[in-house]
Amino acid sequence: MIIYGVAILSLSMLAGLFIGDLLGIAIGVKANVGGVGIAMLILILLDNNPRKKMQLAPITTKGITFWSAMYIPIVVAMAAKQNVYGALTGGPLALLAGTLAVACSFALIPLMTKLSEEKRPPKGEEPE
Amino acid sequence: MILDTLVDIAQKNSLIVAFVVVGIVVWFSYFLSRVLTQGRLHGSAIAIAIGLVLAWTGGAVKGGTSGLADIEWLAGIGIMGGAMFRDFAIIATAFGARLDDLKSSGLVGTASIFIGVVLSFAVGAIVAVGFGYKDPVSISTIGAGAATYIVGPVTGTALGASSEVIALSVGAGLVKSILVMIGTPLVAKSIGLDNSRSAMIYGGLMGTTSGVAAGLAATDPKLVPYGAMTATFYTGVGCLLAPSVLFLLVRTLAV
Repeated sequence: MIIYGVAILSLSMLAGLFIGDLLGIAIGVKANVGGVGIAMLILILLDNNPRKKMQLAPITTKGITFWSAMYIPIVVAMAAKQNVYGALTGGPLALLAGTLAVACSFALIPLMTKLSEEKRPPKGEEPE
Repeated sequence: MILDTLVDIAQKNSLIVAFVVVGIVVWFSYFLSRVLTQGRLHGSAIAIAIGLVLAWTGGAVKGGTSGLADIEWLAGIGIMGGAMFRDFAIIATAFGARLDDLKSSGLVGTASIFIGVVLSFAVGAIVAVGFGYKDPVSISTIGAGAATYIVGPVTGTALGASSEVIALSVGAGLVKSILVMIGTPLVAKSIGLDNSRSAMIYGGLMGTTSGVAAGLAATDPKLVPYGAMTATFYTGVGCLLAPSVLFLLVRTLAV
């Protein structure tokens, strides 16, 4: 049943957020540390389960893939509720700090990707 | 009479109204993408841009902080686009992500989170100094805001920054997240953002969950789980580093 998939997704989210909050308390931070990421890991582990018996029925997965397909519309709604007006009227300091942070971060992506790939054995060669 | 009834129904069923409004925006955006750009500019990129313009309009009309959702009969936009549904949908995209890809980029992905926090903090702090701020608390708070608009106020509150400096830090974080939403599809090709590894690095360096969520949706939805995975750890790491190690570093340098 579809609701099984929705329930599994919901449980993953609640469990992830709970662990994220505990992590935050453990390191003394007033924020949820990676709760959503942990929830994603839980879901991926369920999905990649090697035992055939525990694999989700196709109809169950529809309860998850529906929400995955709703991702873009939800992001559009999220964009429509941003405080864009506040961001644009925040003054030159906020504009400059935000813009430069984004520009520097973008610039570092190709460099980090390249460096991390050089460490791996090149394609075609046998790994040691 | 008829108008009052319509508004009344819309207010009582605001989430349903949001589904209709977003549906129309998405349909119109894909139409524009096909007709005006022959599909070169992704429909979802246009939809997100329209969403941001609508958010600006909402803010200009109502003067609130929730964009379009501050208009009463559009309050459902706030529910649909709020953190609960956003995180729910992000987690759902992980279904179908490959564990092996996550593992093979796990180390560089983790490193990118720490590098991202320090880099954005440093840039924000330097800009703050450039604008004449001299006390380490204000410099650190603005630097933290350049990480994300959550790290800024958390750091500012912890260090006892003034409310206008905290507001500035939120402003810097907002600019960052909106710029990531718009900029990502435009620069994706030139920065090699087309595989799970660079997506994980991207999420870790950018860190703003909203920005990364929208930026990847507009670029390639298949990359969402990888970028979101690292991005969701960023704010926690930022709240850990900014008021502690990074603040101490600023204080040492400022004297």
